[in-house]
Amino acid sequence: MSSLSCMTGGGAERSGVRQTDIDALVARMPTMTTGITRQAPFGESLLALGRARDDVVVLSADLSKYTDLTPFRAEFPERFVQVGMAEQNMFGIAGGLAKSGFLPIAVTYGVFATRRAFDQVAMALATGKTGPAIVVAFLPGITTPFRATHQATEDLALMREIPRMVVLDPADSTEQDAALAAAARHDGPVYMRGLRGLVEQIFDPTDFEFRIGQANLLRHGPDGLIVGTGLGTSWALDAQNELARQGMSYSVLHVPTLKPIDSGAILAMASRHRTIFTVENHSTIGGLASAVSEVVTSEGLGVRVVPMGVPDAWAPAGSIDFVRSELDLTGVAIAGRIMNIAGGVESISGGIKNVVSS
Amino acid sequence: MKSDAEIVDIARSLRRRCIMMCRGRGQGYVGQGLALADLMAILYFDEMRRDGGAELIDRLVLSTGHSAIALYSVLGELGEYTDDELATYGMDRSRIEESPLAGLPGFLVTGGSLGQGLSQAVGFAIGDRIRGSEARTFCLISDGELQEGQTWEAIMSGGHFRLGSLVLLVDNNRMQADGDTVEIMNVEPIEAKLEAFGWSTLRVDANDVPALRAALATTRAVSNRPYALVCDTVPGKGAATIEGFQRTHYVRAGDEVWANALADVQ
Ligand SMILES: Cc1ncc(C[n+]2csc(CCOP(=O)(O)OP(=O)(O)O)c2C)c(N)n1
Ligand SMILES: [Mg+2]
Repeated sequence: MSSLSCMTGGGAERSGVRQTDIDALVARMPTMTTGITRQAPFGESLLALGRARDDVVVLSADLSKYTDLTPFRAEFPERFVQVGMAEQNMFGIAGGLAKSGFLPIAVTYGVFATRRAFDQVAMALATGKTGPAIVVAFLPGITTPFRATHQATEDLALMREIPRMVVLDPADSTEQDAALAAAARHDGPVYMRGLRGLVEQIFDPTDFEFRIGQANLLRHGPDGLIVGTGLGTSWALDAQNELARQGMSYSVLHVPTLKPIDSGAILAMASRHRTIFTVENHSTIGGLASAVSEVVTSEGLGVRVVPMGVPDAWAPAGSIDFVRSELDLTGVAIAGRIMNIAGGVESISGGIKNVVSS
Repeated sequence: MKSDAEIVDIARSLRRRCIMMCRGRGQGYVGQGLALADLMAILYFDEMRRDGGAELIDRLVLSTGHSAIALYSVLGELGEYTDDELATYGMDRSRIEESPLAGLPGFLVTGGSLGQGLSQAVGFAIGDRIRGSEARTFCLISDGELQEGQTWEAIMSGGHFRLGSLVLLVDNNRMQADGDTVEIMNVEPIEAKLEAFGWSTLRVDANDVPALRAALATTRAVSNRPYALVCDTVPGKGAATIEGFQRTHYVRAGDEVWANALADVQ
């Protein structure tokens, strides 16, 4: 613990104590659960949304079986549009539906929504008087046994670039349900990552609240700060547990909305720490690490941001456990990286102190 | 030139390899591999020409990434990969990925993001024209890929540039991920569309070796039009057990199924 204490405390004088903000984050920490999974939760929540609203139209590009759309398609065949394997056309059609007053929910894999159809998503869904429109993108990051062709590791970066686009990366089935509901209430385009098949539940659904643009503190500890998004947050929690086993108490801030980002929460937590470790199921370029860096640098905080995620190289193929271990993203590996860096933090923080001592 | 019987033997060997590749994990794109075995055997053991050093002059651009299994099986037959390595198909740490990236021996393009291969084949063919090379470019796409806009942009450019050295092979198995192609998004009439874009076309039963060889021979005639063969295929062809998985894009099965499939092929 002593080797890390240098990371904490000293930041408060840099940008004003944000104790009230931290208190607020602590007051609304969500209740967590463990060990529960749900099969195809997206299918259920989409069906519920379809029952609640008759303006919902769901679109698929030959992946309905693979993106949990079967329940919706079975109950609302007239509000299900199968376009075949033609993603660019699908987002164009979604744009037309949005402009004529429907709530289109276009569902495919993240790579095809962003790399293949980036321009269509940007122009058809994010220009003009477009109301709500939702892109749901499965196989986020390394959640596929295939490699670059299927791993959406730059989707958050691409989507953050589109004006007005809300960008969501839910961490579990509870949050995914709530994020879909929030996206449907939002007046504008939303890009949301989806988790298919057997999805873990880390948040207790009772009284769970999801607000677009709101980050949540999941663990509160003085020794260091990890910021996560999406599955990266569950990896961050694994690392937090590992650090706890070694006697250190780390905070974990979960940032499910990449855009608009919760600068208040990030700045509040950053004011207490000299280093922020970010963990994301995404490239370390352009996603969470970049978004957090933008927040702290624009405020002039001399905080070090250490990105963990998919490095600037095509990730390997394979099972998620294998790929995680290859990329040093297991709880143990992340904790180890944190210890290595935090162990050397004294000299770094000294340097930072000199720069930002005003 | 090999006899039809020799080609049929090679195709049988490719089918065996496809099944062995999937048997380890009990899953894979075996339907596609078996369906394409006859085409692969003809292309690599007869149709595509080799130079004195036995290097290929002609090339295959595999656009349908998930049909890599068909290409692996032929590369195994040619000694590029050992059977032991092929048996690691889709396993952690294996380079025999179910949908590999360009650069793996034998794979000219990355195909798993479907609908991109034909454009690259057009690029190869334009390159040959500039260089004065006689090489021919074959490009294998799926019927599902006919739904991607880019495929039609490539078809338009192949016709416009009068790429007589380009041969499009459509794996017309009439299925895609969500079901029957005709119901998901009809791509027929394929020949009429291609002809309107300046291509010569021929439809063939691509699991009939003599018919397929004759059709491929037709595409050799010097012409200033690209050629498209609409290859009607039957997923799982040659192993009744796998054919029984009707319209299954991806097969997962217990070891008994793979053992039976192997027996079907012998
Ligand atoms: C651009 C793109 N969109 C979607 C997919 C997901 N996908 C993989 S295979 C497939 C089915 C396409 O049908 P086809 O290629 O005819 O498959 P097959 O007959 O071999 O099952 C789909 C939609 C993909 N790989 N690439
Ligand atoms: Mg097909």
